[in-house]
Amino acid sequence: MNKILICLFSFLLMSIAVVAQDHGDDSHGAETEHAEEGEHHEGGCHCHDASKDEFDPGETAFHHIMDANAFHVYGDIYIPLPCMLYAPEHGWSFFLSNKFELHSHGDGHKAIDGYVMHHGEVMRVKDASFPKGEVAVECFGVRDGEDDKEIFQVIYKDECYDLDKKSTWDGGMLGGGITSYYDFSVTKNVFTMLLSLVLLFLLFRSVAKAYVTRAGKAPKGIQSLIETIFVFIRDEVAIPFLGPKYEKYLPFLMSIFFFILGLNLIGQIPFFPGSGNVTGNLAVTMVLALFAFLVTNLSGNRNYWAHIFWMPGVPAWVKTILTPVEVMGLVIKPLTLMLRLFANITAGHIVIIIFVSLIFVFGDAGESIGGSILGGFIAVPLTLFMMSIELLVAFIQAFVFCILTASYIGAAIEEHHHEAEHH
Amino acid sequence: MTGTLAAIGAGLAVIGAGIGIGNVGSSAMEAIARQPDAAGDIRSNMILMAALVEGAALIAIILSFFVG
Repeated sequence: MNKILICLFSFLLMSIAVVAQDHGDDSHGAETEHAEEGEHHEGGCHCHDASKDEFDPGETAFHHIMDANAFHVYGDIYIPLPCMLYAPEHGWSFFLSNKFELHSHGDGHKAIDGYVMHHGEVMRVKDASFPKGEVAVECFGVRDGEDDKEIFQVIYKDECYDLDKKSTWDGGMLGGGITSYYDFSVTKNVFTMLLSLVLLFLLFRSVAKAYVTRAGKAPKGIQSLIETIFVFIRDEVAIPFLGPKYEKYLPFLMSIFFFILGLNLIGQIPFFPGSGNVTGNLAVTMVLALFAFLVTNLSGNRNYWAHIFWMPGVPAWVKTILTPVEVMGLVIKPLTLMLRLFANITAGHIVIIIFVSLIFVFGDAGESIGGSILGGFIAVPLTLFMMSIELLVAFIQAFVFCILTASYIGAAIEEHHHEAEHH
Repeated sequence: MTGTLAAIGAGLAVIGAGIGIGNVGSSAMEAIARQPDAAGDIRSNMILMAALVEGAALIAIILSFFVG
């Protein structure tokens, strides 16, 4: 019984740490009444003081799932990450993100070479009149741009400057399109990916070594764990779907499986080395899906392409319908791979944050102790339940990505011996 | 308004996926009960089918996310 209590308690602490990461100083934002507008400045812009906002679980969750240029630990404590920024008119800037002097909500006190940190993200002042080098900025604001898009602003010496978000190659669908600078920084997501690569490398090197040093003997320690998963993927995924030529694609499938699994599991850890929502980032899943797409289509044989462009054995008028559908299917398959992983992992992160936020919702953002305790008693079992589900989801999604990739590749390399077999 | 409609759309998509995955699961359970030997094969195919059904729902959810 004691053990269970200790588990519950430590879990509660851990969960609160997660919300505290995004939530910062909201808990003592009591002065909501006289903080509606914030400080006014000339030029019609004003500071948006986030510490006086009411606690918004949706926004907290949204900030949590986004990438960031620093790891938030608690309150004003951040673990800095290296920033590597390139602006065509300015050149390269290299520095650690603690130079921004971060405080609550991931806002920086300093601007460096026109770069500022807002909501944990580096942004750039496009205006050439903004001073270069290190200057102190007052605060951040927001205004409505065209298309209902929010444009963040930084206030420096009573003047407002519009902020550019980092360049993205999606034509402005998710980010800002090509803006005035490029961000090559080691962000939270990049850090988590590198961490998972290092961990996987060390893990598999030790396992591979064990097979040499303990050749002919029964597996031992971590070797037993990895061998079970490896053999499971080989026997349940690779061999049934790929047939006799499975060995050629096994390294690819294994890399994808263990990479996604590693990232999913690291994302489950609610504090420092974890908490990065990497597989819940569209860009990451897109690259993974792109690899699946390339491997599938580059290894496709004559039969595969014949079935896409000129399905044998069906009347000609059906072919005119089937061909566009099949060609669309080429793109839709990796697209669903990308969306499935992204949506599942992101949804898991959001749900956990929302459950933990119940403590702050019930407790009136720290106003009512009784409410917080009640919220805690509701939130902890729910979060515990959701975390265990997410542990399962981490495995299932890695497995599903792997099995679907295998089935697409299998369809591409399949040899058709008789005409009657169509898919 | 579009936000509300998008939310309703996402809800409908989830209902559809729920029915679909429910069918996949129930049939798979039945199949395992009839053929316990083939449990492994059935299970991996069940997960595959559930993932495919889910994919359709996810596209709807993502679309409504962008609209709303």
